[in-house]
Amino acid sequence: MTIKKGSWVRVHDVILTAKERTSNLPEDTKKVPLEMWTKGVLQDDAKLGDRVKIKTITGREIEAELIEVDPYYDHDYGKYVPQLLDIGVQLRNLLAGGAVDEL
Amino acid sequence: MNSSYETMMARRSEIMKKSVGIDYSIFEYGKISFDYEKMMKETGYTLEEMQDIQGETGVGNTPLLELRNLTKLARKLAAKGKGARIFIKDEASNPSGSFKARRAANAVYHAKKLGYKGVIAATSGNYGAAVASQAAMLGLKCIIVQECYDSKGKGQPEIIEKARKCEAYGAEVLQLTVGPELFYIFLKLLDETGYFNASLYTPFGIAGVETLGYELAMQFREKEGRDPDVVVCTNAGGGNLTGTARGLIKANATKTEIVGASVNLKGLHMASDTDFNKKSFTTGHTGFGIPFATWPDRSDVPRSAARPLRYIDRYVLVNQGEVFYMTEALAQIEGLERGPAGNTSLAAAFSLAQEMDEDETIVVQETEYTGAGKHIGAQLSFAIKNGCEVFIGDPKDEVAGKNIILPSHPSLIKARDIDIDKLRKSYIKNCIEMNNISEITKEDISFIMDDCRVSEENLLDILKELKIKII
Repeated sequence: MTIKKGSWVRVHDVILTAKERTSNLPEDTKKVPLEMWTKGVLQDDAKLGDRVKIKTITGREIEAELIEVDPYYDHDYGKYVPQLLDIGVQLRNLLAGGAVDEL
Repeated sequence: MNSSYETMMARRSEIMKKSVGIDYSIFEYGKISFDYEKMMKETGYTLEEMQDIQGETGVGNTPLLELRNLTKLARKLAAKGKGARIFIKDEASNPSGSFKARRAANAVYHAKKLGYKGVIAATSGNYGAAVASQAAMLGLKCIIVQECYDSKGKGQPEIIEKARKCEAYGAEVLQLTVGPELFYIFLKLLDETGYFNASLYTPFGIAGVETLGYELAMQFREKEGRDPDVVVCTNAGGGNLTGTARGLIKANATKTEIVGASVNLKGLHMASDTDFNKKSFTTGHTGFGIPFATWPDRSDVPRSAARPLRYIDRYVLVNQGEVFYMTEALAQIEGLERGPAGNTSLAAAFSLAQEMDEDETIVVQETEYTGAGKHIGAQLSFAIKNGCEVFIGDPKDEVAGKNIILPSHPSLIKARDIDIDKLRKSYIKNCIEMNNISEITKEDISFIMDDCRVSEENLLDILKELKIKII
């Protein structure tokens, strides 16, 4: 699928390969590259996975791999955590005069 | 133009000088020393100027609230006659949702005054949102560089939320995987754009927090007719504590005890790709608190204005589960949904209040906004997804990265003391090692004494142990 020039997109790039990284790193980090993600306006028609030029919101032009079109946020409030429910109940009981050793 | 890692790092001091507008070398003397107060005076702003600058953008004048239900609860758990009154400064009421607006207001104002077209900050936290918000108000461009993902591309939800907030204010956000080379990207961007380095650690940034300490003292006097006995500050890079303490001193509240509090993340390496998403706190923790206290100049400016050992009277740790519990408590019995990271000092204060007399007072000096990604529900779910066990028990058994233990009873919440003398010793060792010296001057001796509040006797013993000659 062609993504049209002018689309708002997210790109990814490897800034430093594992070999290019600084020596002063823990073993696990040493083995992986330093990667970067940012967003901007696509400068030419392209396909996902292409190396593309984008213009970021501050007007910088950068080249990187096209990974997402119309990017959006989907972080949330998490799933139900049953342990949390008990806290409010316990505190209200304590404040209402329940003896400390009842709980 | 060559922008390789080596080239950029070699040009570090030149880029820094240009992007921050301060020649730090003019304050330096001896083998290791610099004139901290002179730096703060000559490059910062007066308290009145800062209040004006912040007032222009609606920063500051946040409410000081008494936490009556938490005080009542603390008294139920404490010995007879114990249980200080707990207050909180609701810094979440600042435009960007945290006290960081104070730091950003001054930095961005200064950038504009000096004619910079934009600002850049390297931060995964609330400070990014604060800089972006201020830049929006003052019409400057803004780039925020975050450490956000592990090598599998899995992002910490709190940092993703911060990216969203920065973009909401019109900033460009660059997200990176784990590693100290973030600093390289930061330098490259400063060089490429010519923008101002809105570092957290410049004199303007730290001086921006002085208004918090000052305001707190004034509000407390108006309410209670006296100064608070204890102020607890969540401690990470040291700027919150340093600025607040300096503000209290400017208000002449010199008897107030300054307590630093951090979340205990012992055992988790800050630059480790695999440990990155095992942390349920992205700030306010020992991974920043201890290294920055024992070597403030590891920051992104040559001489950090955040120097917590100059001001800290007591340093305590709390565990992740305890802070999550207190975050829930703050919502459930005080009606304030905030944090969680900013509630580190609240968890500590709840424990410390129980050691203090009923007629004493303790102030938690900040709150921060909460939301998707930041919220305890999001953080606990993320921890479970990353193999961390969440259960109810005794938080003293918590092992960071392996489990999060929500206290089975509020009486199990305990602020645990760190020996500040050990931090002082570590700071002194760093002064010697980082500067790679074998001798120091008498002037350096007085500098170290001021910079970490060590006694002359202890300092001379430590220097002897390190085989350092005094010239």
